[in-house]
Amino acid sequence: MHEMSLAESVLQIIENTARKQGYTRVKTVWLEIGQLACVEQESLRFCFDVVMRDSIAHQAQLEIIKTAGQGRCAKCSIEMPIAALYEACPNCGSYEIHVTGGDEMRVKELEVE
Amino acid sequence: MCTTCGCGIGQTLIAGHALKQPRKPGEVMRYRVHEDGAALAYPHTHQHGGVLDGVLDFGAGAAGTHAPGISQSRMVKIERDILAKNNDYAAENRDYFSMHGIFTLNLVSSPGSGKTTLLVKTIAALHGVLQIAVIEGDQQTDNDAARIRAAGAPALQINTGKGCHLDAYMVGQAMQQLHLQDHSLLLIENVGNLVCPASFDLGETHKVVILSVTEGEDKPLKYPDMFRAADLMLLNKCDLLPYLEFDAGLAVDYARRINPKLKVIRISASSGEGMAEWLDWIAMGCRNAVAAIQRSAEPKVLLE
Repeated sequence: MHEMSLAESVLQIIENTARKQGYTRVKTVWLEIGQLACVEQESLRFCFDVVMRDSIAHQAQLEIIKTAGQGRCAKCSIEMPIAALYEACPNCGSYEIHVTGGDEMRVKELEVE
Repeated sequence: MCTTCGCGIGQTLIAGHALKQPRKPGEVMRYRVHEDGAALAYPHTHQHGGVLDGVLDFGAGAAGTHAPGISQSRMVKIERDILAKNNDYAAENRDYFSMHGIFTLNLVSSPGSGKTTLLVKTIAALHGVLQIAVIEGDQQTDNDAARIRAAGAPALQINTGKGCHLDAYMVGQAMQQLHLQDHSLLLIENVGNLVCPASFDLGETHKVVILSVTEGEDKPLKYPDMFRAADLMLLNKCDLLPYLEFDAGLAVDYARRINPKLKVIRISASSGEGMAEWLDWIAMGCRNAVAAIQRSAEPKVLLE
């Protein structure tokens, strides 16, 4: 349940940017969440609604852009899509896979007025 | 960063006192939705120049004015990591540790893996050899900090209230109260939880994950994020192996599927098995931390 903390961090980023950019209402929030990121999306949606209540992002729509997990095998160097951290290389069977993408959690864009 | 889950920051306590809040009360910007759907910010004044000191100005929009029903919608690119704020605080902590030669370990595990007992034994074994301080994280009670203090090390308890993990801000506040010694060892016992603490960097030198043999061998596969984030795994309560069906080799194999570089020490806080290797590993880390400040003190690069 650290999704509540993550939602609080999202609000903090929105508020800090509001000071610089001078907007007073946030209508839509786009988050980029990797498939391998340590976050449960449904839980994040629930926490988002709770945390944004009565803030400048009250009732803002949450759009989650999912990015696919990507890895590179340390043994045979092939790139592959990975859905979990413990998958074996489909080419050589090694578990020494370095995650090269899909573990990000980022506030990407806002629709504001 | 809110440091709690569900109930807000007010429940976080350090040594029984409320955590100084990183965000001042009243600093949160709020607005009300009127019946016609138009947003009205408050406090609302007609001061120009956008948002100043928390005052919101409707004339600062892209259209330069505000009229009900006319949308001033626009897109704002942000591209900021959700954990950036925590990572900033963690970087401050890490700078402090490296400047003062403090070797810091963030100990993570599920509840009941034997973290506190292991800490008590570690403190006893290093008594007189190293200066040690401990930060204890639990939802409630200062029982663990009391156990650590009884073992002879200064300890500060952070109660996270409803929170499921320590974050870098809490640790930064605790560090100030602990008066850490230069060239010392700081042990941070995180909240017993194999999920959430994986995401929150505290500025530590290493995360150490503790898995006890009374748990399942496949825990690394079930909770991969934590085993990926750790540099060392302590396989604890190994004295119980003869009485259990736990396959230690399989547990290590699973953990290394997640993290091939993971160092593993089989240990038992009760019998003392593996303690020497663990203490050697700590001693080497402390020597490296001190050597690093001596290297950086050499006048090769002038840091501003």
